[in-house]
Amino acid sequence: MLLEVTDLHVFYGRIEAIKGISFGVGEGEITTLIGANGAGKTTTMRTISGVRTVTQGSVIFDGQDITKMAPHDRVKLGICQAPEGRGIFPGMTVRENLDMGTYVRGGDSAQKAADLAHVFHLFPRLEERISQLGGTLSGGEQQMLAIGRALMSRPRLLLLDEPSMGLAPMLIAQIFEIIKQINSEGISVLLVEQNATQALRVAHRGYVLETGYVVKDGSGHDLLEDPAVRAAYLGG
Amino acid sequence: MPDWLIIRTFWDLTVTGLALGSIYALVALGYTLVYGVLRLINFAHSEIFMVGTFGSLLASSQFLNIPLLEDGNYPYRAGMTLIFFLVVILIIAMVFSGISAVLLERVAYRPLRGNGDSIGAVALAFLTAFIVSLIFIDDTQVNVIISLVLTAPIAYSYLRIFKRGRKAPRLAFLISAIGASTAIAEAVGVWGTHGRDQYQTARILEKKTVFNLFGTDVRIDYVIVIVGALLMMTALTLFVNKTRLGRGVRAVAQDAETSRILGVNVDMIIIVTFALGGVMAGGAAMLFTLVYDQTRFNIGFILGVKSFTAAVLGGIGNLKGALLGGLVLGLVENYGSAIFGGQWKDVIAFTVLLVVLMFRPTGLLGESLGKARV
Repeated sequence: MLLEVTDLHVFYGRIEAIKGISFGVGEGEITTLIGANGAGKTTTMRTISGVRTVTQGSVIFDGQDITKMAPHDRVKLGICQAPEGRGIFPGMTVRENLDMGTYVRGGDSAQKAADLAHVFHLFPRLEERISQLGGTLSGGEQQMLAIGRALMSRPRLLLLDEPSMGLAPMLIAQIFEIIKQINSEGISVLLVEQNATQALRVAHRGYVLETGYVVKDGSGHDLLEDPAVRAAYLGG
Repeated sequence: MPDWLIIRTFWDLTVTGLALGSIYALVALGYTLVYGVLRLINFAHSEIFMVGTFGSLLASSQFLNIPLLEDGNYPYRAGMTLIFFLVVILIIAMVFSGISAVLLERVAYRPLRGNGDSIGAVALAFLTAFIVSLIFIDDTQVNVIISLVLTAPIAYSYLRIFKRGRKAPRLAFLISAIGASTAIAEAVGVWGTHGRDQYQTARILEKKTVFNLFGTDVRIDYVIVIVGALLMMTALTLFVNKTRLGRGVRAVAQDAETSRILGVNVDMIIIVTFALGGVMAGGAAMLFTLVYDQTRFNIGFILGVKSFTAAVLGGIGNLKGALLGGLVLGLVENYGSAIFGGQWKDVIAFTVLLVVLMFRPTGLLGESLGKARV
């Protein structure tokens, strides 16, 4: 396992948002967490990025305990996230937003140029908009920018929090295609989604979260076929 | 044309107004930077400026050893010596202000953010003990010893409180800012036997007229102030837009949480922000002493309030706004005092602020540090 979360407890203010969940992301796999609003998906993602404090449990990345590690050190290890709501810096250009992905790495412009070319290859739209301010992009373009920015950090584990939120069906299909493509290049992906059907279709492994607990897990295919999951999350 | 004071002295007022406005603008940058990153009005920033004026005082009187008068004349210097001295004074003033700004953040604000570190706790504990012991005993040496002894237990309890990781309410930051402001000013005020007196700074620059603008003689010190302030602001803008740390400052100002997720060390960025604001205030302090040749422990107060006004006037959180607000305020004050009389100067400045805020609550250029692409 590349990422192993064991018995994780996290408080959000005074509410215990995560009440002891365990799950793992296999090397080179797409893993998805599905569940309704308030199930604790986003809190889990932020905890893995290190911006929420763990009260109990552990997070192991590639054999190393990162439970208490500072967020910037986690990015250095190769964990980067495209956060919920995209988190585009509205007053920065597309180029500057992408540069923020290489913030911890600094230096080496040749490598940066190569990464930039790779991101533009995945998302040609971003190249067209390169000097436009992030705040003026459409929702789909912002999502592409958020994923592109995370890729600029050369992650080993890419965290995607609701990449399909608020997008048109055409765009959603496109985003999921790109997630598969990124994964095929060897990057492990942890995907949080409300759009459970799409997520389970691309995922090797899935976990169902309900109010802070993992209630079910299995391969993406098995969960798609599971009658209880179908009834609750896939519209019957 | 009527023979009004404002018309006769218009260009003179313009030059002095721009010079004063440049100083306001430099100090305003400190308010704006910290507000942009922390959404906090750092009221103690005025004292950072004051510390800078004392930095330039000490630089000229102690470090460079320049007397106030040489054989009854001002100790004028010329040529490369002058430039060298001015640069040394500038750097020392910047170092004084920069360091005190960083210390201020560490002692007065960081503990309140809920991630106070042990150094901050020890410093704060020592200060607490020192202030409390001052109430009972008057001897500084005894006080220092008592506070050193008390530091450990107090620091331990502070650490326990900080470690809970809870962020203090906004009001606490404000109170801490006002407290720190008073503490710094009074600390300088009690220093030495003449702590509350006005200090003269050595006048090494002969204030000659360099050129004539529409019948007004323009003095060299005003030119240095305006050009110097513009250079410093350009340097700051380049830093914020072109360097990695500068990008970090803008990122945190726009979205602190996402910045952390992307690996920006927010505590580090906050230190950088305070240091930048402090360095700008130090530059302003050196330019201030260049023109006025004096300083006092409470010199920061009115100038700080005015600079804060300038920041709000231009749009707090906006770097360009600080420049615009400072210059507008300097000019309006000067023109206004020519029309209504000098005693109305402050009334005019704050009336302008009120009127602008009535019609444009976000200031002339609006908020946002991140959007400021000068």
